[in-house]
Amino acid sequence: MRKKVANWGNYPVIESELYHFRTDKELENFLTLPSIIARGNGRCYGDSSLSSYMLSTLHFNKAISFDIEKGIFTCEAGMLLDDILQIIVPKGWFLPVSPGTKYITVGGAIASNIHGKNHHIDGTFCRHVIEIDVLTADGNIYTCSPQQHAELFQATCGGMGLTGIILRAKFKLKKIETSYIDHIQIKARDLYEILDLFEIYQHCTYTMAWIDCLKQGKQFGRSILMMGEPADKDKLKHHLHSSALSTHPTNHVSFPVNMPSFFLNPFTMKAFNNLFYWKNIRKQIHTIVHYDPFFYPLDKILHWNKGYGKKGFIQYQFVLPIESSQKGLIDILKRINQYGTGSFLAVLKLFGNDESFFSFPMKGYTLALDFPVKKGLFTFLDQLDRVVLDYGGRLYLTKDARMQPEIFWKSYPHAQAWHEIMRKYNTGYKFRSMQSDRLEITSPHNQEKYASSTYFGSHI
Amino acid sequence: MPVALILGATSDIAQAIAKQLAKENFNLILAARNIDYLKRIQHDLQVRYSIQVDTVYFDAISFDQHEHFIQQLSVFPELVILCFGYLGNQNAAEKNWEEAYKILSTNYLGAVSILNRIANEMEKRKKGTIVAISSVAGDRGRKSNYLYGSAKAGLTAYLSGLRNRLYSSGINVITVKPGYVATKMTENMSLPQILVASPEQVAKRIWKAIHGRKNTIYVKKLWLWIMFIIKIIPEPIFKRLNM
Ligand SMILES: Cc1cc2nc3c(=O)[nH]c(=O)nc-3n(C[C@H](O)[C@H](O)[C@H](O)COP(=O)(O)OP(=O)(O)OC[C@H]3O[C@@H](n4cnc5c(N)ncnc54)[C@H](O)[C@@H]3O)c2cc1C
Repeated sequence: MRKKVANWGNYPVIESELYHFRTDKELENFLTLPSIIARGNGRCYGDSSLSSYMLSTLHFNKAISFDIEKGIFTCEAGMLLDDILQIIVPKGWFLPVSPGTKYITVGGAIASNIHGKNHHIDGTFCRHVIEIDVLTADGNIYTCSPQQHAELFQATCGGMGLTGIILRAKFKLKKIETSYIDHIQIKARDLYEILDLFEIYQHCTYTMAWIDCLKQGKQFGRSILMMGEPADKDKLKHHLHSSALSTHPTNHVSFPVNMPSFFLNPFTMKAFNNLFYWKNIRKQIHTIVHYDPFFYPLDKILHWNKGYGKKGFIQYQFVLPIESSQKGLIDILKRINQYGTGSFLAVLKLFGNDESFFSFPMKGYTLALDFPVKKGLFTFLDQLDRVVLDYGGRLYLTKDARMQPEIFWKSYPHAQAWHEIMRKYNTGYKFRSMQSDRLEITSPHNQEKYASSTYFGSHI
Repeated sequence: MPVALILGATSDIAQAIAKQLAKENFNLILAARNIDYLKRIQHDLQVRYSIQVDTVYFDAISFDQHEHFIQQLSVFPELVILCFGYLGNQNAAEKNWEEAYKILSTNYLGAVSILNRIANEMEKRKKGTIVAISSVAGDRGRKSNYLYGSAKAGLTAYLSGLRNRLYSSGINVITVKPGYVATKMTENMSLPQILVASPEQVAKRIWKAIHGRKNTIYVKKLWLWIMFIIKIIPEPIFKRLNM
């Protein structure tokens, strides 16, 4: 049946077929469709999991095994991190890498090769994956790992569903003594200070910062650095000892309706940012918090994305190489500043080195911010893309809904090599999304057009 | 720990019920035809809740196997939840007896065949609860699904008789009329969302009904009113409606 579907940014909205499967057999039948793309929980922001024929994995979501001694979890790809946490936390384990929401599937975590606040220490999610089963276009299911069918494994991690459907995954967990985080927040008066703080606190397990993109003048780039370490039991107040491994509550508030888009004007945004910055009165705050508000502050309000109104929004996330990060951030923040309707707050983070074959992170700073969709936005973002490219950076595919193909092919250094492997398993482009079509990944002529087009930037 | 038997355990509603019961510390016996699928559900429940879960092959329309099915159970359950059902295709069933028979036999005969045996056993033990998923479609026959509806009407009547019989033995029988539920059965229908319940809502309601020893439940209250209106429309008018 045709359904209106959009991902988290509510842009674009399409009307198309959404199929479900519960067993391997049901899945096989869908391989006869002209093309398909796997869809997890639709928490990517743009069109990565949209297409004419979408295959939801949400009913293929069974836990398979949990080795409590070794901390190894195996499940089907449609299982939500939310469910996994409920199982593993009481036994003293945590996700090795976690995004800013627990409402994503394991398949989505692998296909986007997600990163968390601990990227500089623990890398991306796929670093912790032991083995996956992938159904490819020829109808075979390959069990692959860094050792076995390694090529397929590498191309599937961060491969945006284009090598096939991930069916099952086995991955390593992180040991915890409690489900609480020893949390320190430090206010930084401007961009220079926050970049210094990131360097100083590189040894911390979890770091990220909220940065005010609208502030001009002396406080340009003012931020709050958020750091965390898994809390040991002796750090907890006595009354918490009996619930040291408590999981997150399952209740939440729902965002009632789409907000009218005039709600988000430069004035309300600036007011909000001021409030956020000044609520931390002291320079430094030290607390013990549960993992839920620490990792998933936005999950408390279901469908907060409706706050951006009917037209939706774009989350713009880029990364710049460490050498050009400072210069590039100043340049880009100034442009955003001038444009004037950047989001309430943006997230800034320092990535560590990344060994992934085809993924977003690289050593350097990444910034993510929301822009409500409106006239002129896409022209502005196209300009911003060129700037990011010139500094040697790139955009996160799982957040993208509008990048031009040229930008993608130039900014992902292994795009060609990845494409060659991907094509072997994706014969006839059986797996294709609106994004892969838009970026000319799954269109026939891209080979010559973008051959050796990697571009290393002119500003570095 | 108490034991519950779920018949038709691969359905979406059954899976939600299994989770609900696991949370209430039941051990489970899951019965259905698709053993591979059952095993996956079994492992899932074991990993999630560390409870004991057994799986058994069960086919609602292999009536002659039902006695053996009961005999082979390692423990006799104090709670039985009947979740199997077959919506079928009304149009096809009007022309094709096989489809009609499949609808009638799965939803009615199969249920009667297995519940007769379970009821006798429970009556002997003077203990137990039977929950069966019937349907609002059984409240009044409509042209769009009266084969399914008539089978469910039969089931509903059977359950009220059974309730009446087993009352004196202290056994409770609960008839569940879920209305629309977001499951595989309704995946390809466009339904008014306020009338659609989630399988988890159904499971919660059922657990409350077991606890409160209820007789007949609708999951969403609105259905009670809708079916009340549908039932009171006089037949001379009803027969002209497009329902
Ligand atoms: C509030 C919020 C915070 C976030 N924070 C972070 C963050 O900190 N770090 C980060 O890295 N990301 C973050 N994200 C992005 C999110 O983690 C990714 O977009 C993730 O891939 C979404 O997973 P999903 O299950 O919703 O899949 P979808 O959004 O439905 O799909 C995402 C991609 O995965 C593919 N895919 C999904 N399942 C499969 C499968 N079984 N087999 C093959 N391909 C599959 C799809 O084809 C698509 O290309 C955030 C998103 C939100 C909404």
